[in-house]
Amino acid sequence: MAALMRLVNRRTLRPAMGQQYLTFSSAAKVKAGVVKAVHALPEKVKIVEVGPRDGLQNEKTIVPTEAKINLIDMLSESGLPVIEATSFVSPKWVPQMADQMEVMKGISKKPGVSYPVLTPNLKGFQAAVKAGASEVAIFGAASELFSKKNINCSVDESLQRFDEVMKAAKEAAVPVRGYVSCVVGCPYEGKVAPEKVAHVAKRLYSMGCYEISLGDTIGVGTPGSMSEMLEAVTKEVPVSALAVHCHDTYGQALANILVALQMGISVVDSSVAGLGGCPYAQGASGNVATEDVVYMLHGLGIQTGVDLTKLMDAGAFICRTLNRKTNSKVAQATCKL
Amino acid sequence: MGNIPTTVKHCLSYEQLMEDHPWLRRWLQEEKIITEHKYPEFVKIVEVGPRDGLQNEKEVVPTRVKIQLIDMLSETGLSVIEATSFVSSKWVPQMADHTDVLQGIQRAPHVQYPVLTPNMQGFQDAVAAGATEVAVFGYVSCVLGCPYEGHVEPSKVAEVAKRLYDMGCYEISLGDTIGIGTPGSMFKMLQSVMKDVPVHALAVHCHDTYGQALPNILTALQMGVSVVDSAVAGLGGCPYAEGSSGNVSTEDVLYMLHGMGIETGVNLTKVIEAGDFICNALCRKTNSKVAQAKGRTL
Repeated sequence: MAALMRLVNRRTLRPAMGQQYLTFSSAAKVKAGVVKAVHALPEKVKIVEVGPRDGLQNEKTIVPTEAKINLIDMLSESGLPVIEATSFVSPKWVPQMADQMEVMKGISKKPGVSYPVLTPNLKGFQAAVKAGASEVAIFGAASELFSKKNINCSVDESLQRFDEVMKAAKEAAVPVRGYVSCVVGCPYEGKVAPEKVAHVAKRLYSMGCYEISLGDTIGVGTPGSMSEMLEAVTKEVPVSALAVHCHDTYGQALANILVALQMGISVVDSSVAGLGGCPYAQGASGNVATEDVVYMLHGLGIQTGVDLTKLMDAGAFICRTLNRKTNSKVAQATCKL
Repeated sequence: MGNIPTTVKHCLSYEQLMEDHPWLRRWLQEEKIITEHKYPEFVKIVEVGPRDGLQNEKEVVPTRVKIQLIDMLSETGLSVIEATSFVSSKWVPQMADHTDVLQGIQRAPHVQYPVLTPNMQGFQDAVAAGATEVAVFGYVSCVLGCPYEGHVEPSKVAEVAKRLYDMGCYEISLGDTIGIGTPGSMFKMLQSVMKDVPVHALAVHCHDTYGQALPNILTALQMGVSVVDSAVAGLGGCPYAEGSSGNVSTEDVLYMLHGMGIETGVNLTKVIEAGDFICNALCRKTNSKVAQAKGRTL
C-alpha cells in the first residue's frame, strides 16, 4: 500500500483548497453531490486572454489599430501566456477586425507568449499565416439553431468546412484551438443537451484541435449546469485538453469557473476589463473580466504568471480609449480604496 | 499487490490509475483527498436589503417606500427580511424611521423580521415597536480582511463567533465586510470557525466588491453552510471603496442556487420586481446582473 501511494505523485495531488474537508454535521441535510471534484485544484492555470479579439469584436466603438497594438503589447508585458490577437474573418461581417493584418504585423511578440487568431475558413487561415500567425482557432456551436442563425449551416456542415483548415494547419504545423459555443444554453433553442456539447467537442478534438474551449455564450450557466456539461464532455475529451469560456451575463462566471477548476480544468478564457458585451442581451455584460479571474485564482494560491497590477493598467488603458467604465470589479474597487 | 507492474506503467496518468483501480478511488475518497461536493438541499436566504442595503445608500428613502419594499419582499417567499435598525438616528439617519417602518409593514405569516439592536436602549425600543426577533450583533464583520488592519486571522474570527454563539445568538453571520475574500480565504476561515460553532448555526454575508461573492458563497455551501445573506438589487455600496459595490444581489444568489437544484422557497421574478421598484425609487441602476440581463434579453 505504501509503495502504491509513493507512485501517486503527492505534489500533483493538492487537496481541494489545500486542506482536507471536515465531515459535515449530521444536522445538515445533504443530497448527493451535484459536483464531482475528481481532481484536486490545479496548481497552475493558463489564462487565455480574449480581450483584443472576442472583447473588442463585441464592443460598439471601433478601436484604432495603434490602440489595439498598444493594448496587446501591454497585455504581453503582464505575463499572460496566450493573447488572442485578432480575427481573420471578412471585414464585411466584422468591421472591428478589419485591420487584422496591421495588428498582427504591428504587435511586439513576446517570446513564450502565443498569439492565436480566429480563422473561419481556408482563406482566413492563409491570410493569417501570411500575416505571421503561428496559432489559429476554429469554432462550432453545440446548438443547431445557433449554427443556422449565425453562419447559416448545420453544426456538422460547419465542422466539415473546417476540415480544409485543419488539413492546411497540419501541413504548416500550426496548432489549432477549437471553440464550442452555447455549451449550456442557446438564445434560440434554450437548454442545450450535455451530450451534444460532448459530441461537438469530441469532433473538434478528433479533427486535431489541441485544446477545446467550452463557451457559455449567453452566460446562463450555473455550477449545476456547468458540472453536468463538463461531466459529459470529460467522458469524450481528456480534461487536460479543455478550457472554459464563461460569460458573466448573469453574474455566474466566477462560480462556474470555480467548479470547472474543481473538475480538473486548468485553462480559463477571460477578457481584460470584461470587454465585450453580450450581443443577445442589449447592455448586459459578456466576457468575464481577467482581473477578477486572476484575483480569485491568486487568492486560491493558484499560479497564473500574471502581474495583476500590469493587467489592470492594460484594462485602464483600453477603457480610456473606449471611453467606458471597466466591467472588472477588482479594477473598480482597487482604484477607489 | 500483484498489479504493481501495471500501476508503475500507468503511474504517470492519474486518470488511468483511477480507472484501473476503482478501489483506489474509494480509498482516496475516504481519505478526503478526492471530494465529492455535497450541497444543502435547502438554503435559507436572509434578505438584508431594507436594512444593510438602504443604510449604505446615499439617498435617504421615504418611510412609505421602505414599507412598500418590505411588503413586496414579504410576497416573494423570503422567510427572513431584516427590516430596520434601532441605532441612534444621530449615527444612521437612514434608519431614523425604525419604529414607523416596523409598525407600518404588513407582516406575512412564516416570515421573520429581525432588526439590528446595538444596545439595551435599542433593544427596548425594538421590542416596544413590536420586534419579535433582534440581531444582537450576531454579525461578525471583517472575517476575511479589514480596511485598516489588512489580513484577519481565521482564529480571531472563530474566537468572536464562538463568543457570540456562547452568549446565545442562534445564528452567526460571517461578513466579508470589504469583499476582499476569495474561495481560498473563505475556506480557511470557515474551517477555523467550524471547529467552535456548529455549521448549522452559521451564515455567510459576502460582499461583491471584488466580484468574489458568488464563488465565496459556493465554497461556503460546499462546506455545509446553508444560510446566506444577500440584498435585493445588490443595494448598499461599499463605504470603504467609493462607488464600488457592496452586498451581493439576492437575485444573483437565487439564480445560482436554483440552477444547482437547491431550494430556497423564493420566487426570483417577484424579487426582481421588488428590486426594480426600489431602484426606481432610488433613481439608480440595479447591481444585480440577473436583473440587468432579464430586463434586456432578446
